[in-house]
Amino acid sequence: MLNAIWAGMILLAVIFAACTGRMSEVTNAALDSAGEAISLCITMAGVVALWMGLMEIAKRAGLVKKMTQGISPFLSFMFPGIPKDHPAREYIATNIIANVLGLGWACTPAGLKAMEELAKLEKERGRMDSSRASNEMCNFLILNISSLQLIPVNMIAYRSQYGSVNPTAVIAPAIVATLISTLAAVLFCKYKDAMGKGSR
Amino acid sequence: MRALAHISDIIIPMLIFFIVGYGYVTKVKVYESFLDGAKDGLRIVLEIVPTLIGLMVAVGMLRASGFFEMLGRVLGPLTERVGLPAQLTPLLIVKMFSSSAATGLVLDIFKNAGPDSYAGMLTSILMSCTETVFYTMSVYFLAARVTKTRYTLTGALLATLAGTVASILLAARMV
Repeated sequence: MLNAIWAGMILLAVIFAACTGRMSEVTNAALDSAGEAISLCITMAGVVALWMGLMEIAKRAGLVKKMTQGISPFLSFMFPGIPKDHPAREYIATNIIANVLGLGWACTPAGLKAMEELAKLEKERGRMDSSRASNEMCNFLILNISSLQLIPVNMIAYRSQYGSVNPTAVIAPAIVATLISTLAAVLFCKYKDAMGKGSR
Repeated sequence: MRALAHISDIIIPMLIFFIVGYGYVTKVKVYESFLDGAKDGLRIVLEIVPTLIGLMVAVGMLRASGFFEMLGRVLGPLTERVGLPAQLTPLLIVKMFSSSAATGLVLDIFKNAGPDSYAGMLTSILMSCTETVFYTMSVYFLAARVTKTRYTLTGALLATLAGTVASILLAARMV
């Protein structure tokens, strides 16, 4: 899937540039973007290392366990297949809480760890094909992509920067829209879970 | 607004204070724990570097080729009928790949139409209720070394569609 999308984007860009005569722009964009990716990674490396360091403290102090218990009913509902004491639950909980609070910089590290742990869980279950996403992985990602952030802090900042009379007017509709997209995600995941049960 | 901006200013220092303070009080070896975690964090970033390069190059090339603008021009008249102004169509597509590229387009819309116009309001809500589908998928799945993504894309696009429809309905009521 990702192979086709990636190839499609690259091929389309070159063909399109050939038609519109923007070859030199595309050349520059390719080189600049590669450099941009590295500078993004350097910034990200610092932030992720800082956050994962703090998370490790929180984990050893038992804070993460408490948070996980707080949203335990939701986790059991969305991910019934993950054992109660599995580390994947803690990372998923951290990711979801950071997402809801809008701590964007804290979501990704916990999310990536969650995916790693989910991959381990699949191995423990004895699945041979490790390149295949488990139901938990799919559900976790769909939930993430549905956006869980309640207060769109960035948008409010941009709005006020561009002279909005009422920058925070977006909060209420944003919460409603986020709930709707998340609800659609949850319903879809539960539907897929129910469908999958018969085939296993 | 002030209060909210203030909260987002202090939340991170407070969080760091709380975690380190709580850890120290409960006799966790805070510094050693921090170093262990940071090391793990660096390893994760190192693993996603190639994905980021691949993805950002593809998006950058596609943007420079003028493809997104063309798409907006072609689809614009169609999407306007369902309440989606023409300048928002490229945003919807770009947003699936890169949030920084999308932010550029958002600021463009705010500058040209104003944040309180229909297009501005719709943009604000849209950006608040969905995420970068392909970026998130490729980075997260890479961490788990998964290539068969099964129903993830369908679900993610469905959630995005639900968010988009909701945004259009809500924005119409706001302006």
